[in-house]
Amino acid sequence: MEQFNNRNVAEGGYYLVDIEDYPTDGWGKFKRVVKRTFRGELFVGLWVVLREMIRFDLHTISYPEEKMPIGPRYRAIHEMKRLWESDTERCIGCGLCEKICISDCIRMDTKIDENSRKEVSEYTINLGRCIFCGYCAEVCPELAITHGGEYENASDQREHFVDYEYMLTPIDVMKQNAQKEFEGYGAITPHEDERVKKTPLAY
Amino acid sequence: MDTAYLIETVIKVVVILLVFSALAGIGTYFERKILAFMQRRLGPMNVGPFGLLQVGADGIKLFTKEDIIPSNVVAPIFKIAPVITAATAFMAAAAIPFLPQFTIFGYTVHPIVSDIDVGILYILGVMAVGLFGPMLGGMASANKFALLSAARAAAVFISYEVVTGLAILAPIMMVGSLSLIDFNNYQIENGWILWTQPVAFVLFWIAAFAETGRTPFHLIANDHEIIDGFGTEYSGMRWGLFFIGEYANMFFISFVIPILFLGGFGDGSFLGAVALLGKMAFFFFFFLWTRAAWPDVRPDQLMWLCWKVLMPIAVVNVVITGLVMMF
Repeated sequence: MEQFNNRNVAEGGYYLVDIEDYPTDGWGKFKRVVKRTFRGELFVGLWVVLREMIRFDLHTISYPEEKMPIGPRYRAIHEMKRLWESDTERCIGCGLCEKICISDCIRMDTKIDENSRKEVSEYTINLGRCIFCGYCAEVCPELAITHGGEYENASDQREHFVDYEYMLTPIDVMKQNAQKEFEGYGAITPHEDERVKKTPLAY
Repeated sequence: MDTAYLIETVIKVVVILLVFSALAGIGTYFERKILAFMQRRLGPMNVGPFGLLQVGADGIKLFTKEDIIPSNVVAPIFKIAPVITAATAFMAAAAIPFLPQFTIFGYTVHPIVSDIDVGILYILGVMAVGLFGPMLGGMASANKFALLSAARAAAVFISYEVVTGLAILAPIMMVGSLSLIDFNNYQIENGWILWTQPVAFVLFWIAAFAETGRTPFHLIANDHEIIDGFGTEYSGMRWGLFFIGEYANMFFISFVIPILFLGGFGDGSFLGAVALLGKMAFFFFFFLWTRAAWPDVRPDQLMWLCWKVLMPIAVVNVVITGLVMMF
């Protein structure tokens, strides 16, 4: 994969192919036929495919058994994370994701719970409208809503892919400390704590 | 005609039919696997170990599929066309000696159904009739693409036949017989015909590709049209018969080329028989190999090649052979 990351075509061994002009008269055509016949171009083709067969370097991935690794920044079905400390939901119900969603597919409802804390009572993502742009994950101040890697979805309604309970990290995963943090948009960069500046209190 | 001969012939016919229908099926497996490996794919993998039972799955599918006769087709011709392809392919096998004669339980078996005097002529003629299958099927299909395919079949038909006939003429002049057994015996004494007739060998080989309708000359059922040419309107086993015919043809022509040019089964030893099978396997493999490597030609290119290049070479070859034999 790394070889494709270099997009600078000037240094990748690219070169202009020397294309001959088409012959216009019969003699030129005849010369081209003779040249092509005796230069053995056909055998080059035969050799190339035979070489690949002998090398036996197959590139097929038998998909349901084997899967390609997907990048940590992959934006598939959303996930809701839990707090590492208390296993409760990270979402604070700020509503930023609802505001920023450009396809207007997130709806949330909040209420004040018995401890006078803001609590999310309803949270839905209409995946029939979602364009998986990742803005919700980027804007989330608590890194609560993120994108996951679950791309194998099938349903007669795309809205049925997820509900809130499904998006939330299961509690037994939390118990095993197996929750995976999202490394895509909005995530904390690896050396964030070295770069963070204290809030100036001089004013 | 005594009873023993009759029974022996019937058994040989049945064996050839069964073996080569099975081989035609397994041939599709080899083709898919080898093409896949050459294109760095896996090929059939899921039915049986390494996809070996894919042939059976395909067979079940073809046999149980509904046999659709579209409403506008010329039904009798449409129905008989696949049978022509398959039947002529197997009829051609009658004059091919597949192995040297061998003795089993004190009974000498000649593994050839009938050693007729006009062997090679009969084989080429019957194989040529096989091309009527695609042609009639395409014309009777009431489908524009099938009709185009039939037109291409006619173009192929009139092109390669000349080359095949003229190319094989020079070896026939040398051997002085049309029987494949005589070809074999001639080569025991005088060495392979390949060494004396290399041009005829190459020409016949090229024409064999057109004869079987394989890539570079796979223009009858032109894959690039996405649809299957003459087979567009066919379904189920009728379509399968076209395929059995094509693959059986490939196997038979892969037998004929070594017998004609590469020493055949030799002096009748076990080694000679194995060598013949090995040569046959190489030529069959070459059919698949070219399919992975080479592009197809257009019908006009095929006609140009056959009429303006190969035919003159074949004629010159015949003339030179004649002159050499005369002096």
